Amino acid sequence: MSETQALWWASTSFWRKTAIWVTAGSFVVLIFLTFDTVKQITAGGKRVPAYSVINQRIDYKFDEKRNFQVPVIGPEEPLFGKKVTEAEAEALVSHGKLTTQAKNCMDCHTLLGNGAYFAPDLTKAWLDPSWGAKETREQTMVEFLVHPELAAHNPLGRRMPNLKITEEEARATVAFLKWMSSIDTNGFPANFKPIDQSNAPTPAAAQP
Amino acid sequence: MAASGHSPAITMNGGQKLAMKYFTVAIALFGAQCLFGMLAGIQYLHPDFLFGILDFSINRMLHINAMIVWLLFGFIGSVYWLLEDEAGVPIVGLPLAKLIFWVFTLAVVVVVLVFLLVQIGPGKQSTIWLITEGREYIEAPRWADIGIVVCVLAFFYNVAATFARGRFTHIGGVLVMDLVALAGIYLAGMFYTPNISMDQHWWWWVIHLWVEATWEVLVGCLMAYGLIKTMGVRRQIVETWLYIEVALMFGSGILGLGHHYFWIGTPEYWFTIGGFFSALEPIPLVAMVVHAVFDAGHHKLKSANNPALAWIIAQAFGNFFGAGVWGFMHTLPQINLYTHGTQWTASHGHLAFFGAYATMVIAFLYIALQKWRGNVWMGGNLVGAWKWKWAIFLLHAGMITMVMAMLISGYEQSQIERAIEGSTWMGYFAAQGHRWFLQGMYWRQIGGWVFSAGFVLLAWDLLTIGKRETRSALQVPGE
Repeated sequence: MSETQALWWASTSFWRKTAIWVTAGSFVVLIFLTFDTVKQITAGGKRVPAYSVINQRIDYKFDEKRNFQVPVIGPEEPLFGKKVTEAEAEALVSHGKLTTQAKNCMDCHTLLGNGAYFAPDLTKAWLDPSWGAKETREQTMVEFLVHPELAAHNPLGRRMPNLKITEEEARATVAFLKWMSSIDTNGFPANFKPIDQSNAPTPAAAQP
Repeated sequence: MAASGHSPAITMNGGQKLAMKYFTVAIALFGAQCLFGMLAGIQYLHPDFLFGILDFSINRMLHINAMIVWLLFGFIGSVYWLLEDEAGVPIVGLPLAKLIFWVFTLAVVVVVLVFLLVQIGPGKQSTIWLITEGREYIEAPRWADIGIVVCVLAFFYNVAATFARGRFTHIGGVLVMDLVALAGIYLAGMFYTPNISMDQHWWWWVIHLWVEATWEVLVGCLMAYGLIKTMGVRRQIVETWLYIEVALMFGSGILGLGHHYFWIGTPEYWFTIGGFFSALEPIPLVAMVVHAVFDAGHHKLKSANNPALAWIIAQAFGNFFGAGVWGFMHTLPQINLYTHGTQWTASHGHLAFFGAYATMVIAFLYIALQKWRGNVWMGGNLVGAWKWKWAIFLLHAGMITMVMAMLISGYEQSQIERAIEGSTWMGYFAAQGHRWFLQGMYWRQIGGWVFSAGFVLLAWDLLTIGKRETRSALQVPGE
């Protein structure tokens, strides 16, 4: 093996230096990108809207230029019919987020696609057609969250357990879900068919 | 383990005695991981099983947390095992290390009991601090986070101070730098924010930079030491390989973090950066396979410890297939859009954690037990060798069955739920109720039973291997 030692590219010191430089270089690039990313995902920006976006209609439509679906912020449509200030909105969404953590939602559901795979993804839960009509959606969601074990979910018999979610926590969770649906997730989930939010009285009547 | 078969004739150093304690807890938690995984698997087939008592979320949380902690205990034990041997001096701060072991173990027991008995809390900060943080993999409440940091810092002190007093081998140097990164990165997960994009952005720093960067380098160090110990591979060769692996691992893995930044609100440039660098992540794993297999072949598979060598080779291939191939299969955004958050991910997760990490810890358990039992023969014709051979076979057969079954379910899910139905709740359940999906879940459970049988046999083997062996270990000549 003595001839190997003579080869610079097979020497320990060469690879040691390479390891150090590659690691340090990658880390510096990561730090640089992190500054930019953190700036872009701070709530209030274009990708992650301010919490008061819950005062408006949120839709998810195909964007020709970007070639995937993007959240579209529409006219005023306050959650539970009550317009809130930015501070109130943040407090409400934060309470909702805390509730999702305290109830361990992520160990059955996915949020932004991350979590467990025993229950549906919640990224666009606010826009899901399963909630029926948009006028009754908020109340249906609250009732479901407070007593999920009573609802028939699916033909598989898989049910959400009662997690002792109070009505206040349920309303906050709905606010969190509405806000989360406004995040620009680069087209995830793809091909999603959101609930009908046109101004016609019922979804059925909206279609001629 | 600790209570059985210890031969007082062989003197083990302080770090090694402590390592045996860590290994004992690790194996117990490995058992817990199997148990809760089985319960969660059954709930896919029979949703009413333990409904409202031990729900899926709790079983799944215990399943993945038991894994993280048993692997951590296994790693810490392995490092304590090699520490004095590598540094050439007695461990610095052994009383602290012993104390920390008990503190860490007690904390784990308390966290598990709270997870089992309290499970959830109200949507308040107090829940985050005392019951659960509700964030996948790092559900441990904040008090435990702080405890983990304290324990890891104490562990780091033992390692760094011992190497500093003795000699810094290349393995030692890489290990110390890696532990700095490992401990530092954990801090990125210890804060609360209402902003889920920000939350997941930093959460991935912990999860990805642990399992796809610092843990990989840590097992690279363990592999290097393991090859020297089992086959007498020349130190210069393993250490040069270690640096090659570090360069490739960090060179691909650090920016490979970007493959988790496709869909969480982070900017579009991560498509390119994350896709490109994560596609390179298999390369260091190929290097590890070449390295381990070449060394094993070069030494004509003549080792002092056949079970350990078998698990080291299993690690090389398991890491390559589980982390490398299975990861690569769905890492590019063009496919990940449809596979992200499906059973496809679960398939990858199972094979990667088992192939890359569980295997290496098990290899170290065998290295440790050989000495613990009196530096006994563990080469060919080992008394009772059928047990370790059947254990490694059943664990692999069970794992491969689970992984293939979940992959098939994942294929079905990505097609039907994602591509066709567009990820609505109706689409989700249309896919979950599909015959192909359910067949996958059924076979996954069978794989789980086989794997669990393998675990029982492994535990039995660890308790008994070498006890009836009278020959002493083969001395592997160093090169």
